[in-house]
Amino acid sequence: MYNFSSEQIERYSRHIILKEVGGMGQTKLLESKVLLIGAGGLGSPAGLYLAAAGVGTLGIVDDDVVDMSNLQRQVLHGTSDVGKLKTESARETINDINPDVKVITHPDKITSANAFDILEGYDLIVDGCDNLPTRYLLNDATVMLGKPIVHGSIFQFEGQVTVFHPGRGPCYRCLYPTPPPPDMVPSCQEAGVIGVLPGIVGNVQAVEAIKVLLDIGKPLVGQLLLFNALSMEFKKLTLRQDPSCPACGKNPTIHELIDYEEFCQVRW
Amino acid sequence: MAVTVRIPTPLRRLTQNQAEVEAEGDTIESLIENLEASYPGLKERICDESGNVRRFVNIYLNDEDIRFLDGSATAVNDGDDISIIPAIAGGSSDGERD
Repeated sequence: MYNFSSEQIERYSRHIILKEVGGMGQTKLLESKVLLIGAGGLGSPAGLYLAAAGVGTLGIVDDDVVDMSNLQRQVLHGTSDVGKLKTESARETINDINPDVKVITHPDKITSANAFDILEGYDLIVDGCDNLPTRYLLNDATVMLGKPIVHGSIFQFEGQVTVFHPGRGPCYRCLYPTPPPPDMVPSCQEAGVIGVLPGIVGNVQAVEAIKVLLDIGKPLVGQLLLFNALSMEFKKLTLRQDPSCPACGKNPTIHELIDYEEFCQVRW
Repeated sequence: MAVTVRIPTPLRRLTQNQAEVEAEGDTIESLIENLEASYPGLKERICDESGNVRRFVNIYLNDEDIRFLDGSATAVNDGDDISIIPAIAGGSSDGERD
């Protein structure tokens, strides 16, 4: 009935016996193409679990090399990977976990110039980037392409996850039509982050990605999940689509990608 | 009306590092005024010069965004939960992609 090898049947047996996944769902996962923006704190756990789950194609955008200070949380990489391109280190780890996964590396920064070319080939984007220009760029591009994005962010002991699914719920600009001025964005360099936090947040992103791909359960569309590791609390807020949203509203004013670095430098 | 206000990490230096503070107010607007009296500097971070909530800051009454209620005039009741959620880049400790 399904085209699994005997090794695949064994590998994915715990998925296949779930009625929400089954042979059909596993086939869907193997045919799915997911793009990870960043192979860092959030992209590491998301990448590991999506690979183990048998997502057939994983693209990774990251132009960085592995640094010793990354290893406290970026579990795709090991001590012997220091100095290597993160995309290469990630590819080796993922191939070892699951050779079924085709890894496509994009050792570049994602920009207005290359965003459509990169995003076009994927079904879903897992956003684990750390800067606002990239978040606005990804938002506008995915709204235009109609692709879902699983958004994650972390700060010290707190994290946030939501799913932006064009046509089904709000987008990032419905929440924040304009970015904060740079001096109001706290510097993460000074702020620090507890290493386990991106593990939790990135894994929530992984499960949300799988739910969207398989069309099961209730993904966090129109909901913002807040996690606080110190108080060990999860809280959900309702996010609503803004009819006047410049990206996905009734009369959108954004029709092409702009210079997001400049956009995020706006002075107040 | 006494309510609990959840302070986002970047603003906690203004609240002596407290993640949650108690505040009084019948509306979001009066609540922000009262917060400012207890924690000077907070209002300026949340509101612009004209007193409107900044566009990169969202305020939730329980789980609803006040922009979709009555904005700053939204009524606040005893025991409500207020969350202030600014846009955060959310990244690593070294400024790299996370």
